[in-house]
Amino acid sequence: MSTQTFAQLSNGFVYAAMAVLTLAMLAFAAELAFGSRSRVARTVRAESDREDELVTVGAAAAGQAAVAGEAADALDVVVDPEAGSSATIGSEPLAAGRSASGADSARTPTEWADRAEARERRADKFGGVAFSLTVLGFLLLAGAVVFRGLAAQRAPWGNMYEFSVASALVVLAVFIAVSLRRPGLRYLGVFVVVPVLLTLGLAISVLYVPAGPLVPALKSYWLVIHVAAAIVSGGAFLVGGVVTVLYLVQDYWERRGIVNSISRRLPPSEQLDQSAYRLFAFVFPLWTFAIIAGAVWAENAWGKYWSWDPKETWALITWLAFACYLHARATAGWKGRKAAYIAVAGLSCFLFNYFGVNIFFSGLHSYGGLPNK
Amino acid sequence: MSQDARTGTGISVSEPGAGPEGEQPELLDTTTLSTQPAPVRVPGLGWWELARWAWRQLTSMRTALVLLFLLALASIPGSVFPQEATNTGDVAGYIAQHPTAGPILARLGMFNVFGSVWFSAIYLLLFISLVGCVVPRSLLHIRAMRARPPAAPRNLSRLPEHQSFTTSSAPATVSEAAREALRSRRWRVTTASHPGGRDEHTVCAEKGYLRETGNLVFHAALVLVLVGIAIGSLWGTSGSVIVVQGTAFANVLSRYDSFRAGPQADVNDLPPFSFTMTSFSATYQQGGPQNGAPRSFAADLMVRDTPTSPERAVTIKVNQPLVVNGTKVFLIGHGYAPHVTVRDGEGRVVLSEAVPFLPRDGMFTSQGVVKAPDARPKQLGFEGYFLPTAKIDPQRGPISTFPAANAPELVIAPFKGDLGLDDGTAQSVYALDTSRMTSAGQPAILAVGKSLVLPGKLGSITFDGVVPFASFSIAHDPGRDPVFIAAMAALAGLMLSLFVRRRRIWVRAISDSGGRTLVAIGGLARAEAGGLGGEVDALVERLRRLDGGSTADVGQAATGPTAQATRFARDRENS
Repeated sequence: MSTQTFAQLSNGFVYAAMAVLTLAMLAFAAELAFGSRSRVARTVRAESDREDELVTVGAAAAGQAAVAGEAADALDVVVDPEAGSSATIGSEPLAAGRSASGADSARTPTEWADRAEARERRADKFGGVAFSLTVLGFLLLAGAVVFRGLAAQRAPWGNMYEFSVASALVVLAVFIAVSLRRPGLRYLGVFVVVPVLLTLGLAISVLYVPAGPLVPALKSYWLVIHVAAAIVSGGAFLVGGVVTVLYLVQDYWERRGIVNSISRRLPPSEQLDQSAYRLFAFVFPLWTFAIIAGAVWAENAWGKYWSWDPKETWALITWLAFACYLHARATAGWKGRKAAYIAVAGLSCFLFNYFGVNIFFSGLHSYGGLPNK
Repeated sequence: MSQDARTGTGISVSEPGAGPEGEQPELLDTTTLSTQPAPVRVPGLGWWELARWAWRQLTSMRTALVLLFLLALASIPGSVFPQEATNTGDVAGYIAQHPTAGPILARLGMFNVFGSVWFSAIYLLLFISLVGCVVPRSLLHIRAMRARPPAAPRNLSRLPEHQSFTTSSAPATVSEAAREALRSRRWRVTTASHPGGRDEHTVCAEKGYLRETGNLVFHAALVLVLVGIAIGSLWGTSGSVIVVQGTAFANVLSRYDSFRAGPQADVNDLPPFSFTMTSFSATYQQGGPQNGAPRSFAADLMVRDTPTSPERAVTIKVNQPLVVNGTKVFLIGHGYAPHVTVRDGEGRVVLSEAVPFLPRDGMFTSQGVVKAPDARPKQLGFEGYFLPTAKIDPQRGPISTFPAANAPELVIAPFKGDLGLDDGTAQSVYALDTSRMTSAGQPAILAVGKSLVLPGKLGSITFDGVVPFASFSIAHDPGRDPVFIAAMAALAGLMLSLFVRRRRIWVRAISDSGGRTLVAIGGLARAEAGGLGGEVDALVERLRRLDGGSTADVGQAATGPTAQATRFARDRENS
C-alpha cells in the first residue's frame, strides 16, 4: 500500500473512532440516567459497605495501636483519626440514597424489586455496551495512529494534530486500564469520553495537517522518546484531572449531604481522591523524564539544554504545580480539597502549555503546524 | 518533590482503602522532625531564638509549598514577555511599542525574569529551605537504617494484615525458616528468642528503606542540578558565528559574531580548533501543502582539532553537532550570501565578496546591506533583498516563492555619502546608517551576472552569484554533565520515593501446651502498599511447608472484622 492509502486509512479510522466514541458517550450517559443499581453501582455500594466495616476496623486499630505500646512508640505507627471519620462521611450519601429510594416503598416489595431489576438490567446493558464501545474506539484510534505512522514513515507525533490524536489514544488507554482495575471508576466514562471527543474534533478540524515528513529539527530519535513521554503524561494528567474534578464535586455533594443520580453512582470521594493521587504519582516521574529528555535533545540540537523557551517554561510551571500537589498532600491543612485545587491548576498549566503556548507565543517549539502560520 | 517529604519516615497504620498514601496525621509532623514549625508562639527576645524560629519557619513544609508556588508564578512573565537572554531584539521592539509600560516592566525585571533579583530570591530561599530539611532528615534516615526493625507488637492479630496457624515444627525452626525466607527477599531481619517461660521466638523484618533514600536522593540531586547550572554559567562560554561556504573559522574571540562568557571563563584560552566549511546543502519539500518546508540541512567541514593536528572531514546536521574537546559546534541556521563586486567612480574594484543576507521568511527572502567605505569619490552603501526564487507579485512586488536558489535575484537600493564607519562607532554589518547618505539612484532588480551602474559616475555593483552560509552556535558548558547526572539521580530518587513501599512483617512462634507451635504473622504498611497481603500469604505458605503442610488449621484468622478487611484488601487487589 502506498503512503497515500495509509494516510487515508488513518483519517478514516479517526472518524470511525469518533463515531464509536460518540455512541459510547451516549451509552455512558444512558447508564448514568437509567441505572440506579447497575452492576457498577452495586460494586461501588458493596465497596463502600465494606469500607464501613473498615472504618470500624480502623477505629479499633487506632485504639489498639495506642495500647500496643511496643509497636506504637518504636514507630511511627500512627493512625489517622480523620481517615475514619471522613470515610464515614463518605458513606453517608449512599445511606441517604437508600432511604431516598425508600420513597418507592409504597409499592409492594415485589413490584419494587421487579422494577428495580428491570432498570438495573437496562443500565447494566448500557454500561457494558458503553465500555465495549470505548474499547472499540480505542482500537480504532490505535489503528489511526499506526497508519499515520506508516503514512508519514516516522513516529506519528510530529505536529499538534498527531500529538492530539496520540494523546486521545493514551487517555482512552489510561481510562480502560484504570476501570479494569477498579470497576467503580467506570462511571468516569462519560467524563473521559467527552474531552477525548473534543480533542479529536479539534484535531481533525482545526489542527489537521496532511501526513508528511518532518522539518530537520525534529528528525531525531529524541522525538520518539521525549514526545512519547509527553503524550503519555498528557493522557494521564487529563484522566487524573477528570478524577480530581469529580472528587471535588463528589466531596461537595457529600459535605452538603446532596444526593443525586450522579453522586449515587460515583465512587465515594475518598476513593476518587486516592485514584487521582495514584495517577499523578505515576505521571509525575514520567513528566520529569519528559522534561529531562527534552533538555537532552535541546542540548543536542540547539546547544543549550535549557533556553527558557515558553514551552520549557510552562513545562517547568506544570512540574512545579504538581510538585506543590504532592507536597500539599503531605502537609497538614493542605490535604484533600486544597491539594485537589492545586492538581486542577497543574492540569490547566499542562493544557495551557499545549494549546496556549502554541497559539500565543512563538518560540523554539513552533512545530505545531497550526494553519495560521 | 515527593509527596511525603518532610513528614517523617514512618509508616502509618490506617485501614486499607481509606486514607491515601502519604496522608499522615499531624502527630508525626510535630513530634518526629525538627523541620516542622513548632506550634506558633511568640519567640523569645534573644537573637538566637529569633534566628532559630526563622529557620524553622523557612524549613517548614508550608514555607516550601508557598515558595514552590511562588516560583511557578514568577516563571509566568518569563514566558509572556520577550527575554533579553534569548532575544534582545524583541525586547527593544517591545519597549518601543509600549512606551509607557515598557520602561516600567524593564525596571521590574520583566525582560530578564530568570536573572532577576526576585526570581533568584525565590529559588535560593527554596533551596535553602530544602537543604535545611534534607540534612536533618538524612541524619535521621541513616540512624533509622542502622537501627534494628522494631520489636513485634504484642498482638499481631490486630495488624491490618495477619494470619496464624499451628505447626509441629519447633518455634526455633519456624523462626529460622521465616528469617531465611525474608532475607532471601532482601528484608532486613532480626530475630529474638525469649528465654524463660514459654518457648517463644519472634522475627522482625522491615523493607522499603529505599523510599526515604529515594526521597532524600531526589532532593539532594536537585541541589546538585542547581550547582551544575551555576558551574555552567560561571565557567561556560557560548557564541555564534556565520560562516560562508568556502571560508574558514578559527575558534578565537575576535572571530565570533556574538559571544557570551561566564565571569570565570578565560576567553583568551578557547580550544584552538578551526574548520573550513567546504559546502552546505539544504533540501526542501517540493510542492504540496508543505511546499518549501525544510527537509534536510548539512554542512560539510574540514576540521583541525588543534593547529598541528591533521584535517578531518565532518558533516554537521541539525541534531548532530561536532564535538571538539568538550566544545560543541551546532548547526542552527543558514541563509544566502550574494557575491557582489562594487566598483567605484574611478573604476577600481573596492569590494568583491559574498555578503551574508539574513533570511526574513520561510521562503528565504533575505535582507542585507553592502558597504564600500573605500569607494571614491563618495563612499557607497547598498540596501537590498535577496530572493532565492524570485517572482514579481502584482501586489507585493518582488517576493521569493521557494527557499532554494533556483532563480536568484538581488533587489538593491544604492546610497552615497558617509557610511559613518570612520568615527569608530560600532555598527551592525546588517544595517545601513543612511543618516549621512543620500540616494544614489533608482533601486534595481539584478539577476546573476547583471550590474547596476550608478548615475553620475559614482560606480557600479555587480551581482556575481550566490553561495550559502551556515550559522553555528559554539558552546562549552562544563556544568552540563553534572546537571545531567544530577537530573538522572533526581529521577531515580523520585521513582523510588513514589513507588517503593515501606512495610514491616513480624512472625511470632510460640510452643503451646500440646507440644505444637502457634505461628502468628502480622504485616503493617501504608494504605497504598497493596502487595503486603500477598507477601504475608507467601510467607505463610512457606512456613507451612516446614512440616509437609499436614497441620490442622486452628486460627486462620477467619473471623472478626479485621480479617474481613484483610481479605477485602486482597480482593480489591485482585479485582
